[in-house]
Amino acid sequence: MRSDLWGEILQLSAEHLLLVLITMVLAIAIGLPLGIYLTRQPAARPWMLGFANILQTIPSLALLGFLIPIPFIGGIGKRTAIVALVLYALLPILRNTFVGIMGVEAAVCESAVAMGMTDGQLLRQVQIPLAAPTIMAGIRVATVTTIGTATIAALIGGGGLGVFIFRGVSSLDTVQILAGAVPAALIALAADGGLGWVERKLSPA
Amino acid sequence: MAPVEFRDVSYEIAGRPILLNLSLSVEAGETLVLLGRSGSGKTTALKMINGMLFPTRGEVLVDGRATTEWDPIKLRRRIGYVIQEVGLFPHFTVGDNVGLVPKLEGWTATDIDSRVNLLLEKVGMPPAEFRSRYPRQLSGGQRQRVGVARALAADPPVLLFDEPFGALDPVMRLELQQQFLALRQDFQKTSIFVTHDVREALMLGTSIALLGGGRLDVMAPPREFRLARTDEARAFLACLDN
Repeated sequence: MRSDLWGEILQLSAEHLLLVLITMVLAIAIGLPLGIYLTRQPAARPWMLGFANILQTIPSLALLGFLIPIPFIGGIGKRTAIVALVLYALLPILRNTFVGIMGVEAAVCESAVAMGMTDGQLLRQVQIPLAAPTIMAGIRVATVTTIGTATIAALIGGGGLGVFIFRGVSSLDTVQILAGAVPAALIALAADGGLGWVERKLSPA
Repeated sequence: MAPVEFRDVSYEIAGRPILLNLSLSVEAGETLVLLGRSGSGKTTALKMINGMLFPTRGEVLVDGRATTEWDPIKLRRRIGYVIQEVGLFPHFTVGDNVGLVPKLEGWTATDIDSRVNLLLEKVGMPPAEFRSRYPRQLSGGQRQRVGVARALAADPPVLLFDEPFGALDPVMRLELQQQFLALRQDFQKTSIFVTHDVREALMLGTSIALLGGGRLDVMAPPREFRLARTDEARAFLACLDN
């Protein structure tokens, strides 16, 4: 029984990590370019940031409820859970990319342009390197939040550490709840520490 | 052909005129000082030379070609630019900051290297000591020296200065002004220099264009400028008396 529980903790932790990993890869792949796009397109800012803000305010249970009936991305299982998690992770990444790039000192960008840098050179050689700590902070916040939020994946058959928690809640079994909550908290702490270290490495010393 | 020429240039933002019918030309090797109060349009005029801004009416010619017809990247790479805030890249070393435009232009590493060393030497920043430092490890005056070296890096025929020494203490300012004169001897560049300081204008300019309310008020060499009798010129010259 004891060793069964440990085995399941390991297996569900791995599943949980995979959920988080896929979510973050997708959220970064969407949020980062979108954030950069916003720095180039003032007209798109209000509605796109507004949209990302509104997404964040939808309660997670409601969002899953909305997603399940949608063809292709909906249904029961991991895929729907990942779509919901990506939508939540998007805002911090998008916003920090945008804020980080817009926060690069105006005089630095002005001289870059005046020296004849193309927009791509300005972005790659100046704006992204200088905004990197801010962008990384957004990724860190999104990752830590996702590790917590990913427990709801279990509700729609997405697996992960939420399986323990929902099982424990329905059977009033504290050990089961802790078996889900403690590893999730440890993963979140480790991710926060690790990504925080990367963030400091990216800051100009 | 004049390296830089303004032909009846006007500029307005949302219907508010900033520059009105400005016509002037800058001869090769000359230092034209654009003198004026805050809001007189002098920085606007400067930014039209390297295509950071374009005229609402009229045209600015660089080497006889309107700035609107230049590829902006090509135009800017042959015009050095120095601003008051300096704008060095904080994540680049001094050497990499100075070597930036040569690198963009595809110079070889050896050529960039010797050019950077030469220029740092010329602006009084021994490369052995300063080359691998970061901008945050420099004083304000040292940063601006690097800014000047950076502007000279790819040997551009024209240099633009926007109140480059305005934020420095008086002693440092004088040192950099003297350095400017020494560099002019060495490099013989055409320069356009924006300032609101009439002393600086008289010291550095071979020609002074006084702007008032977006119009050209007086344009004259320093010696004649001292005798100018328009209201705006008198107001500026009065600053010399105390």
